[in-house]
Amino acid sequence: MLSRVADSLYWLSRYLERAEHATRQIDVQLHLMLDQTPDAARARWTRVLKSLNARPDDVEPFDLIQRMTFDPTEASSIINCIAAARENARQLREHISSEMWEQLNRLFLQLREAKMEDTWRTEPHTLFVSIKEGIHLFQGITDSTMNYNEGYQFIQVGRYIERAGAVARLLDVHFGGLAHPHGGYSHDSLEWIGLLKSCTAFEAYCKVYTADVHPDAIAEFLILNPEFPHSLAFAVDRIRASLLTIADQTESRKGRSVNRLAGRLAAMVDYGQVDEIFDAGIHHYLDDVARNCVYVHDAVFRAYIYYDVVQEFAD
Amino acid sequence: MAHLHEAPTSHFDQYSLGAAYDEMFGGDGQPREHYRSLFERLCDMSIAELQQRQYAADRAFLNQGITFTVYGDDEGTEKIFPYDLLPRIIPAHEWDVLERGLKQRITALNLFIKDVYHDGHILRDRVVPRELIRSCKHYRRQMEGVRVPHDIYVAVVGTDLIRMPDGSFAVLEDNLRVPSGVSYMLANRQVMKQVFPRLVQTSLVRPNDHYGQTLLSTLRALAPRGRQDPNIVVLTPGVYNSAYFEHAFLARAMGVTLVEGRDLLVHNNYLYMRDTSGLRRVDVIYRRVDDDFLDPMHFRKDSQLGIAGLLNVYRSGNVGLANAIGTGIADDKAIYAFVPQIIKYYLDEDAIIHNVETYLCSDDKHLDHVLTNIERLVVKAVGESGGYGMLIGEQSTKAQCDDFRDRVRADPRNYIAQPTIQLSTAPCFVDGRVEARHVDLRPYILYGDDVQIVPGGLTRVALKRGSLVVNSSQGGGSKDTWVLQ
Repeated sequence: MLSRVADSLYWLSRYLERAEHATRQIDVQLHLMLDQTPDAARARWTRVLKSLNARPDDVEPFDLIQRMTFDPTEASSIINCIAAARENARQLREHISSEMWEQLNRLFLQLREAKMEDTWRTEPHTLFVSIKEGIHLFQGITDSTMNYNEGYQFIQVGRYIERAGAVARLLDVHFGGLAHPHGGYSHDSLEWIGLLKSCTAFEAYCKVYTADVHPDAIAEFLILNPEFPHSLAFAVDRIRASLLTIADQTESRKGRSVNRLAGRLAAMVDYGQVDEIFDAGIHHYLDDVARNCVYVHDAVFRAYIYYDVVQEFAD
Repeated sequence: MAHLHEAPTSHFDQYSLGAAYDEMFGGDGQPREHYRSLFERLCDMSIAELQQRQYAADRAFLNQGITFTVYGDDEGTEKIFPYDLLPRIIPAHEWDVLERGLKQRITALNLFIKDVYHDGHILRDRVVPRELIRSCKHYRRQMEGVRVPHDIYVAVVGTDLIRMPDGSFAVLEDNLRVPSGVSYMLANRQVMKQVFPRLVQTSLVRPNDHYGQTLLSTLRALAPRGRQDPNIVVLTPGVYNSAYFEHAFLARAMGVTLVEGRDLLVHNNYLYMRDTSGLRRVDVIYRRVDDDFLDPMHFRKDSQLGIAGLLNVYRSGNVGLANAIGTGIADDKAIYAFVPQIIKYYLDEDAIIHNVETYLCSDDKHLDHVLTNIERLVVKAVGESGGYGMLIGEQSTKAQCDDFRDRVRADPRNYIAQPTIQLSTAPCFVDGRVEARHVDLRPYILYGDDVQIVPGGLTRVALKRGSLVVNSSQGGGSKDTWVLQ
């Protein structure tokens, strides 16, 4: 497979995952704020913006949603992420199914035609639900119409590297800078329910831990649960599995360094214990995970996409 | 203008026979022998049925994504190339002549290009004026003395043929650089087989769907010596090119990789592509990028579409190119006028397919004639294609004619003129009726181990009543082309 094609598949997938994550964050907080005091709502909007790598100003809901949904000058806005995904897909028409392209194009056009004023006046929630559904539909179409070849694996890698990074950041803005449970977290259970919901994790969490929301149980669930698709453990396992397949398929020796880093990332999570994580400082831990995701990303690009030509001939 | 009185059905009410040769009807108003079964079939069908099939055909094009991109539209809108439902039919005996004539022409033009870039015998013998070569904007001095694989310069050719009022075919234009449209020829047949399956079968139409394999074996013939299993790629300018669909289509039809310039790189005079598994050597490029953009080191410096150093790889014989660089020298419209002499010079044969009478504005006597009679002539810029840079005197205003007179006077070498020819007409299904429209024919010729022509070609249609311009950029459409067994 051409390196350029792998590159575009990877980014197509990452941008779409980023759009989905941002959509869910905004949607959840929009709901949550109905039950929050204005101060608590402002504080959580700030957290949401930080976790999305956006400027934490403009926390008036109308302006903020306008910016994070429709503003093309805000790098992490939903419209920008979907436009970037579509732009990558456009370069790939030969490598994805036409159903995939059509769905992504439809999603983009739908969002581009939506207007903030109308969205706000009617029911903003419906717009966010339809974006999420549009992205889920794209993923379903991908799973059922695309060949499970190397390209499919690059899609998986992009999706789960993005997810692992985003979940780590989100956890960090909720736990980071705060001491061990006894030192005191927010007692606002709405906060914690919000965190779970923004990972679609509330129902799944309840099945494991009942509806008792405890910060350390939440951390354990979102970091270490290997079965829940939005947990770190799940994401890093997928990253490792897809990269192993890619290394096999390309029969490339350079795959080894990638696999080593992906294995180290997976081990950090797979063999973690929640009390140890808290003891050693959860902020450092999450930071480490995020940093190792970046290392894996860099290694993927060095091995398969922007490899050094001179080195290539020297080998 | 005679109307068809004998036609038994109202479909043909508006079908008028003018000065042009009509593909379906003879001068007596009766369908020609090879069109009889189509004619009868049409008479059996209601207009509603025809409309329904036209609709089915249009859907098929859209669903298969057989579209071209419209420039200047940021929404990525894609349009289908208008498809006419009724096939254009060529009987076997006429095709045999065309086939021989095209092989002869391509063989001679290939020899001509080789000669021009090497010894220049034909120039020394003053059969073709040296001045015309030197002033041709498609001449590439970088190709002087370069040996190309098997001396094949033009591996893929699309020659534009028209039928004269007397029924004979003539060559209107040679396309020896990057001829396009072959994907429509193939797609038209696929759709035709879906909407008229029985008619195709009972008419004994020669198949054309082996074009992909034939193109592949042609390209294989261009591989550097000693490369047993050559890596062949199709080079496209990218998704924003209007013919991107065709590039992707051909890559798929051959089962080879579709690449862009940024996927390729040169190292030590070899060409490689960047693959996830590492660098892979590339042996043959079917390039759909113009000469000017191929190599920023030697041609346009600002080109983002090419590969720096490609020309050196090519000169070293380490990669095959289809077509070679600099072949535009032989489809210059002024050189065109000399093709009969070129055929005579290299093959000692008379041209089987004739040229259209052509006035070279660089010749003083011809120039006078052109300036005096511009209202009755078609004037064309020599290096242009696609219906750009031309004037049809009869259909232009006085101001337009005067403007062209000035342009011709200012740069006579850049213009030729030809009489206005009534291209033949063929039945087309337009606005719920069968009407006569002007058509041409572009067969595709492949030159690898030998010269091969897939039966048929792309019949282009001027869909506007009375129009003589068939180019897709100027509102033309196309139809399936049948060569009978």
